[in-house]
Amino acid sequence: MKALVCVKRVIDYNVRIRVKSDKSGVETDNVKMSMNPFDEIAVEEAVRMKEKSEIKEIVILSIGTDKSQETIRSGLAMGGDRGILVKTEKEQLEPLTVGKIIKAVSDREKPDIIILGKQAIDDDCNQTGQIVATLLEFPQATFASELKKNDDNTLEVTREVDGGLETVKVNIPCVVTTDLRLNEPRYASLPNIMKAKQKKIDVLEIGSFGIDIKDRLQVLEVNEPPERKPGIKVDDVEALVNKLKNEAKVL
Amino acid sequence: MKVLVIIEHDNQSVKQSSFSTITAAKEISDSVEAIVLGQGLDSVINELKKSDHLKKIYKIDNELFKNPLAENLSNAIQKFAEGSDYTHILSPSSTFGKNMSPKLSALMDVQQISDVTKIISDDTFERPIYAGNAIAKVKSSDQIKIITVRSTCFEPCALNSSVDVESLTVNLDKNNSVSFVSYDKSKSDRPELTSAKIVISGGRGMQNGENFRLLEGIADKLGAAMGASRAAVDAGFVPNDWQVGQTGKIVAPDLYIAVGISGAIQHIAGIKDSKFIACINKDEEAPIFNFSDYGLVGDLFELLPKLEEKL
Repeated sequence: MKALVCVKRVIDYNVRIRVKSDKSGVETDNVKMSMNPFDEIAVEEAVRMKEKSEIKEIVILSIGTDKSQETIRSGLAMGGDRGILVKTEKEQLEPLTVGKIIKAVSDREKPDIIILGKQAIDDDCNQTGQIVATLLEFPQATFASELKKNDDNTLEVTREVDGGLETVKVNIPCVVTTDLRLNEPRYASLPNIMKAKQKKIDVLEIGSFGIDIKDRLQVLEVNEPPERKPGIKVDDVEALVNKLKNEAKVL
Repeated sequence: MKVLVIIEHDNQSVKQSSFSTITAAKEISDSVEAIVLGQGLDSVINELKKSDHLKKIYKIDNELFKNPLAENLSNAIQKFAEGSDYTHILSPSSTFGKNMSPKLSALMDVQQISDVTKIISDDTFERPIYAGNAIAKVKSSDQIKIITVRSTCFEPCALNSSVDVESLTVNLDKNNSVSFVSYDKSKSDRPELTSAKIVISGGRGMQNGENFRLLEGIADKLGAAMGASRAAVDAGFVPNDWQVGQTGKIVAPDLYIAVGISGAIQHIAGIKDSKFIACINKDEEAPIFNFSDYGLVGDLFELLPKLEEKL
């Protein structure tokens, strides 16, 4: 089997987000960037399947500016075999556009399984995997917390849904989006980071796909969320319970 | 303008998030209709038809929809919507809506607007980005707007009406590439983290998994859900699905109680929409105090038993 793992370069989850003063977006200059944490889980899952010999080749795909090569390299250092960058000068693309490009890459690469994070922690859309599955007419298993390959060319996937766990069986080829519980991604070792530098990354221009990348959503402004009003310190448990009961009225 | 609301249910009852989605729909237009797909829908319909603001309910009762497989649902809804004049299609932003609605949007070549928290006008909406650390105001140029609604931001509609129901049949081939295997409802008697009115969470300060028992007694008394910080999950104190924060669950309860949690950025991102935040921490310099309405400085091992006793 061949896996196509899609990864996105986002602001590191530990960085405090700052809204630009002109309200056009959030500050990304001189900010630490990392692979979207959910995509890291996707890479890890593919690597584990390769270690179990369920997957032969792992292709790491990212769509973004030149800098997304770094993100692909981290995927290669974790165990990916080769990379593809679909290059664009545009800082942000919408999920529908990204979905169409992943479909086009998939038509060339013919993967058996496409794995990606359930959402990116920048735009929080939670759409791309579902869009890709729909455009390719592949079955989807979103929010995966457990993945089992059956002998009959199907995957049994446990999904994290509200109030419990749902299990579905999907035929291969399929799309899987990863949730937090699926695995804990490894840290790439130094030798593997060095090795990853030798691995091949194909760079394709986004224009070569003939896909309209124009935004459908115009961001009018980006604002800070309403501030929480400063709170108080209470002296003891009694005072706390009293405040919660009589002032906040939440008990 | 005409809005279609896709109803989430479990073939027994309507999910509260659906009633909130109806309220959001009403803010867009007075002309709101709903569609329900499932199997054995009598009790669902009896509940739903009381909804205020709905002009009409369409139901498709078919074994294809016994389980909410997104492939079948999105195909059927697209076929239904294609022949009508809906300008907006809304679903709750639950795992049901998140799973299904982007498929519908792909079928209709629409850029979905996820997790809307505020309706500004019929084409302009607010939605949180970066786990709520910023709020984006977006304007859609698509002919049809496909939207998922964050249900905690809209009150459920009142139930004083009696809405007309029309039964539809569907001409859809069974999708053989995916099948439902099972659904395991969480065993816990506690409410779900993401819909609980009160959440109590522990952090690294709990020191080990055993000590989370100190929170259990309080959670039992309050009917609260239990959560944890990433640090507590990474340390193996509690399972992964307890994690509250940017990469875990985003919660917005009436009361969030943070115990032994320092208040890392990524944790705050997951709790900042809570109505009230209370915290207990021995380090009075901990950032969590800056975000808490009520902070109590002290040793949690001493304070938690007292708190349980006072409740």
